[in-house]
Amino acid sequence: MFKWLEKNLPKIVMAPAVGLIGWFVYGFVLWTLYISFTNSKILPKYELWGVGQYVKLWGSRKWLIAVDNLLIFTALFLIFCVVIGIILAIFLDQKIRAEGVLRTIYLYPMALSFIVTGTAWKWILNPTLGIQKMFIDWGFENFTFDWLVNREMAIYTIVIAGVWQSAGFVMALFLAGLRSVEDEIVKAAKIDGANLFTVYWKILLPMMRPVFFTSFVILVHISIKSYDLIVALTQGGPGISTTMPALYMTQTAFHKSQVGLSAASAMMMFMAVAAVIIPYLYSELRRENAR
Amino acid sequence: MQDKIHTSYKQLEQRSKYTNMFLRWFLYLVLILFALYFIFPLYVMIVTSLKTMEEIRQGTLLTWPSGLNFDSWAVAWGGRGYGAGDTFLKPYFWNSIKMVVPAVFFSTFIGAMTGYVLTKWRFKGDQWVFLFLLFGCFIPFQAILLPMARTLGVLGISNSVIGLVLVHTVYGIPFTTLFFRNYYISVPTELVKAARIDGAGFFKIFFKILLPISAPIIVVTVIWQFTQIWNDFLFGSTFSFGEAAPIQVALNNMVLSSTSVKEYNVDMASAIIAGVPTLIVYVLAGKYFIRGLTSGAVKG
Repeated sequence: MFKWLEKNLPKIVMAPAVGLIGWFVYGFVLWTLYISFTNSKILPKYELWGVGQYVKLWGSRKWLIAVDNLLIFTALFLIFCVVIGIILAIFLDQKIRAEGVLRTIYLYPMALSFIVTGTAWKWILNPTLGIQKMFIDWGFENFTFDWLVNREMAIYTIVIAGVWQSAGFVMALFLAGLRSVEDEIVKAAKIDGANLFTVYWKILLPMMRPVFFTSFVILVHISIKSYDLIVALTQGGPGISTTMPALYMTQTAFHKSQVGLSAASAMMMFMAVAAVIIPYLYSELRRENAR
Repeated sequence: MQDKIHTSYKQLEQRSKYTNMFLRWFLYLVLILFALYFIFPLYVMIVTSLKTMEEIRQGTLLTWPSGLNFDSWAVAWGGRGYGAGDTFLKPYFWNSIKMVVPAVFFSTFIGAMTGYVLTKWRFKGDQWVFLFLLFGCFIPFQAILLPMARTLGVLGISNSVIGLVLVHTVYGIPFTTLFFRNYYISVPTELVKAARIDGAGFFKIFFKILLPISAPIIVVTVIWQFTQIWNDFLFGSTFSFGEAAPIQVALNNMVLSSTSVKEYNVDMASAIIAGVPTLIVYVLAGKYFIRGLTSGAVKG
């Protein structure tokens, strides 16, 4: 008995973690999947109902708006975060004085919650007393900036706040990547007459392929999960113009009590994330095994 | 001839010196402009929280407050002193502390144990177990909200701090495992083997050999978990309301409550109070925070 215990101790120690994750992650996802095939309203029902919820979901105007917003947000969020992140990383990599201070400034938003920063941005962007008033007081009398309350433009305020929050993170990833490159490579290229621009454009950035990949995966993942920022900034409004899938899911589940429909939307989110993450994990693991 | 070449070379050097200087200035200009852009919201938050509503209406976002006026901070933290509808952050701040401390402790401890087994007591298929746990870092939590709400209800801990501790512990395990596993994998296994030959057991090896060298990764993990759990809104708002809510939920409720005139100074003071703990940790231990970010590389 004691021998057996000793031999299997590592596995016994592993068991709680595996059990908890198995139950609370995989079990729960399967439960949600099952419920998405039922006609559950306030309480879950367990008779299967087919794909009715998915048909309903993709016929819902609100869901289509949410998906549309997600696509717009993801595209802009990705482009701006990566471009700003790379510029900052490359510039900071030039033996800059006060690099530590600047880096701290670029990255501090990551330490704050989206609710905190969303609250700040909401105040800054509000048309009556925020940025708009600032410019009017400075003499630009016709200046208008009402994106926050404008149906067409409100989604872009979420992009502004999201990029502000996450661009520093991309910078940190690229800076770490650039620093891990051997100095010799850069030196050799410079001796061959390459200028700084060529060194980065032709040599270093192509070497950063894995960092691009990582940033892409993480940013897409953040954007699919975006929830807090929208709640703090617009609550999905004006109207439903800034709804995104995560907000749609919680609203349908907890305000509209349409459990089956919200489970279907949650599964769509799950599949979107899985489509990005599984190839990523697979390639990461292969890279590690190759080492 | 020789002389001529020499001068033109000198000219060239001179010119490249000027372009270099210009580039340097440009570099600093861009970096500083971005720094201002990143600082701007924090600056606005702080000055707004120190103004009176009158000053806010008179001035612009950037105007300096007339004095150090902490009234709105006092209101945000302790309320106005009248009964109904007076929401303030103090009780929720303590809720968050009561939630964060045990959740960080348990998830870090479990992560250390699993990371230890996965690297130093390897078994067949351990790669798959790791992958199994790792995937938990990425799942969109919407896919587990409904069953979690029911489970907490069945356990009788919905709308309680204990419920949130459970939720954050469980969903922190994938991250903490990742951190410890990646750290312990670089510790030479020979050390462990030698200790095993000397007759040291599972726990003795952990406490005598690995734990003493784990300080950096413990710091990284604790900071990561603290920041994630303190800043969480999705779980907090879904599984708790009213008295048991953590601070982010309370902040959001305060800002959204449309009972009377909007008081932006109180809103900003509240936001700062809710953000200050993680900000302090970041400023004091930024290095470890960044290490967590770039190795965990996920923000959920």
